[in-house]
Amino acid sequence: MKDALEQATSGGGKVSRDWGAIAPAVLVFALLALGPLAAEAYGGAYLTSLLMRMMLLAIAAISLDLLIGQGGMVSFGHAAFIGLGAYVAGIMITEGAADLAMILPMAIVASTVFAVVTGAISLRTSGVYFIMITLAFGQMLFFTASSLSAYGGDDGLTLWERSTVFGFDLLSSNVTLYYLILVTLIGAYALVGALVGSRFGRVLRAAKENPTRVEALGFSVFSYRLTAYVIAGVMAGVAGVLMANQAEFVSPSTLAWQRSGELIIMVVLGGMGLRNGALLGAVALVALEETLSSITHDWRLIFGPLLVLTVLYAKTGLAGVADAWVARLWRRA
Amino acid sequence: MSSPILRLAGLHKSFGALVATDNVTLDLSPGECHALIGPNGAGKTTLIHQISGVLKPDAGRIFFAEQDVTDAAPHERAQLGMARSFQITSIIPGFTVLENVALAAQARSGSSFRFFGRAKAETALNDAAIQALTIVGLEARRDTVAGSLSHGEKRSLELAIALAMAPKALILDEPMAGMGREESARLITTLRELKSRVPILLVEHDMEAVFALADRVSVLVYGRVIASGAPEEIRADPEVRSAYLGEDAA
Repeated sequence: MKDALEQATSGGGKVSRDWGAIAPAVLVFALLALGPLAAEAYGGAYLTSLLMRMMLLAIAAISLDLLIGQGGMVSFGHAAFIGLGAYVAGIMITEGAADLAMILPMAIVASTVFAVVTGAISLRTSGVYFIMITLAFGQMLFFTASSLSAYGGDDGLTLWERSTVFGFDLLSSNVTLYYLILVTLIGAYALVGALVGSRFGRVLRAAKENPTRVEALGFSVFSYRLTAYVIAGVMAGVAGVLMANQAEFVSPSTLAWQRSGELIIMVVLGGMGLRNGALLGAVALVALEETLSSITHDWRLIFGPLLVLTVLYAKTGLAGVADAWVARLWRRA
Repeated sequence: MSSPILRLAGLHKSFGALVATDNVTLDLSPGECHALIGPNGAGKTTLIHQISGVLKPDAGRIFFAEQDVTDAAPHERAQLGMARSFQITSIIPGFTVLENVALAAQARSGSSFRFFGRAKAETALNDAAIQALTIVGLEARRDTVAGSLSHGEKRSLELAIALAMAPKALILDEPMAGMGREESARLITTLRELKSRVPILLVEHDMEAVFALADRVSVLVYGRVIASGAPEEIRADPEVRSAYLGEDAA
């Protein structure tokens, strides 16, 4: 358990243990790759769109864990970046600039600008103040979106077509979009994994534990945190672009604070700072929500206690439990 | 005499009516260990904070490596080669011993805005870290999680971290605090070997350590340097004896 934990949090070690560290994620990706086939067999389009939503939220959660789990920055406004990406896509598609080759760079620029400006201000604070100020920035964007009357305002914006890819109409097929999202998810997972083990990630992780020490070593903690904030924001922005395409609809609820809270829950449920934490957390939360809400309308009454139990009895979250299982299997093998 | 690496000129700092630093002028030259002593509340830590950049002085200038660093941030001073240890042990508890020191080596070797490639696999950093750990006698504990070290080992780790920064000067704030007799004796030996290579500004309560290590001693009382000189002179100075050393040291 401890080994697996160290391994997962520090991102190093021997090759066989490396495989062990990513085994749970590989399994999830393999199952997700079968998604469209399963949908064919049963569930239909509903299952595909559910899994797509799950994967998109997982991308955002993985990027949020770079902030919370690695950097110690509990952002309560991360959904703002999803919304930003989604609105860039929605508005550009509505205005006839529907190609991803234009939308993606624009969404990346918008997320970067928003992250640099709000991050530079938010990162002057820490702890509860950081939580509140990121929430405030998120709400600012939420109300901005609500007041965009040219683009649906409160009611949201329905998209009559999806993005093209270099002029080709590839994404109108749900299967193509599905695999594009899956590849993006794997990319996000790999990117954060690489970042955590890199020089940059080492400074970020150290600053989470002891910023004064890191500062005294000659690192500007602020610059590292801001960079992480921008990277995470851009990742969530990209997820937003895909989300607009998947739902063919953009509305202020995309960036509501409840969504930000949901992302935090995914990170905590999955296991903060663990290699597979945010991924497993997102998968579990969406699956639970779906199952429980089909049983009862008041599914949160069941979900709430489940979350409390997880926090109390499995402090390392689902990924901690998964890592322990893998470690046991590995020893036996 | 070669020019001092660190020079404080007329530093002044007060908190409301309390004058914590009163016109302090002091320097640290290559090859020496300059000890700063004084009773509790004399303003030693406030002074260290101004040197390292955590606090800004109200008046006066601080020069380090021939640059005016009075307005520089802590990390900028560290980049110039000022390494400090903290009065309360300051390490990265979740990192291994090796990674704690490798992080310090990383601060000295090129940009850390590198997003790919494993930091753990960089041999240059690990080698520099092992070298520093060997000096303080902690290389056998390299794979231990730093948080689980004994108190004395943590103090040694902190020194290794400072050394791995390849510093131009070491600012040590009570490095012996809470150490056992044997451990502090070992640390004194290490520091005595070190001071010819890296000048040391030492804040310490342990008089045995101060007189064993220091080439010069300055005595701080109520924020003011009341005496400064060779250890024997300080020991003999009547004003110092009455203000600080007291009967038991006499």
